[in-house]
Amino acid sequence: VSSDGLEEERAGFRDALLGARILLASDAKGVYLRSATFEAVVAGIDRLVSEAASEEVDDRLYLPLVVARSLLERSGFLASFPDLVGAIWGFLAGEASFAELLAALDSQGDWTSQLEATELALCPAGCHPLYPALRGVLHKERRVEAFGQAFRHEPSNDLARMLTFRQHEVVYVGSPQGAVAHRDGWVARAKSLLGGLGLDTEPVVASDPFFGRLGALLASQQEDEALKIELVANLAPRVAPMALASVNCHRDHFGRAFGIVRANDEPAHSACVGFGVERIALALFAAHGLEPRAWPGSVRERLGL
Amino acid sequence: VDEEIRAVLAAHGRLAVDVASLGDDDDLYELGLSSYASVRVMLALEERFQVEFPSEMLRRRTFSSLGAIREALFVLTGASKP
Repeated sequence: VSSDGLEEERAGFRDALLGARILLASDAKGVYLRSATFEAVVAGIDRLVSEAASEEVDDRLYLPLVVARSLLERSGFLASFPDLVGAIWGFLAGEASFAELLAALDSQGDWTSQLEATELALCPAGCHPLYPALRGVLHKERRVEAFGQAFRHEPSNDLARMLTFRQHEVVYVGSPQGAVAHRDGWVARAKSLLGGLGLDTEPVVASDPFFGRLGALLASQQEDEALKIELVANLAPRVAPMALASVNCHRDHFGRAFGIVRANDEPAHSACVGFGVERIALALFAAHGLEPRAWPGSVRERLGL
Repeated sequence: VDEEIRAVLAAHGRLAVDVASLGDDDDLYELGLSSYASVRVMLALEERFQVEFPSEMLRRRTFSSLGAIREALFVLTGASKP
């Protein structure tokens, strides 16, 4: 199959999902309205992840899409991925500038020049809001189930790159050995969970899309240490190979950045597994068809459909 | 050259040991060189030696020891080895 043929097949899958009104396009590229059909699948995936995590977690938290702007600085996200960041601007000038805003609107001019940066930003990665909330001394290791939301500014028609998406995570914070064990244990558990849904995945050592020339060095280091392992499904030709879950070892990066220390005064190490629930839903539609009622019985049963 | 590399490591490497005691093959990452510190070291080396690391040299091993950094700089400056 030529690469043009693959492109057509992939565009065809997107058109089919939109045509079946499983997702609805919006005015913003990469942003979709989601049907009850799509969300029922997502809810099933969330339930499976929660079940898999239930024995180990000591807390379950629902994390916000909006964070303090300073989080981007302290997490290192801004220095690593400036091109993906979404900062929130607002009209802060008061009534004195209101007339100028209206005049710009009336003349279809640039009203954005009336805006100023606020102290807020969109959350760039599901689990990031958790770390400031764990600041302080950790008397025992923690395992937290987190329903995270993320925004990354990379508009495209690729359904696997929605601008906002959810990451259902299980986060470990504690010792260096515990963090590595969390990563290694969840590679197998995530593969098995996805396999139960008829999604065959391969663990692949991966790197984050660090920005620019300096980013190449950071990505090389991340790969050499196998800090990030993605579970990649190959659903060609309908969709390009995509990571459905990723398991990350952060070493003491967040412990240092957010002042989370262990009883021995060392910065805590952390690791997380994140399930991309929209991507898993997309993979299910690609693998089993656009009509969930026609999916294999075992898959329907696991998802509670 | 070694003294200048040591000076860059002292200023930007945030190592757990005294750079004066560094051996040629000591693993800098094991001695506490973080990812971000290695980026700062790379930028400082580029400025001091007036070179630019090409993308194929932007690898972990390029900055993994004093000896590896010296090798890389020899390649970039075209200087012959002592």
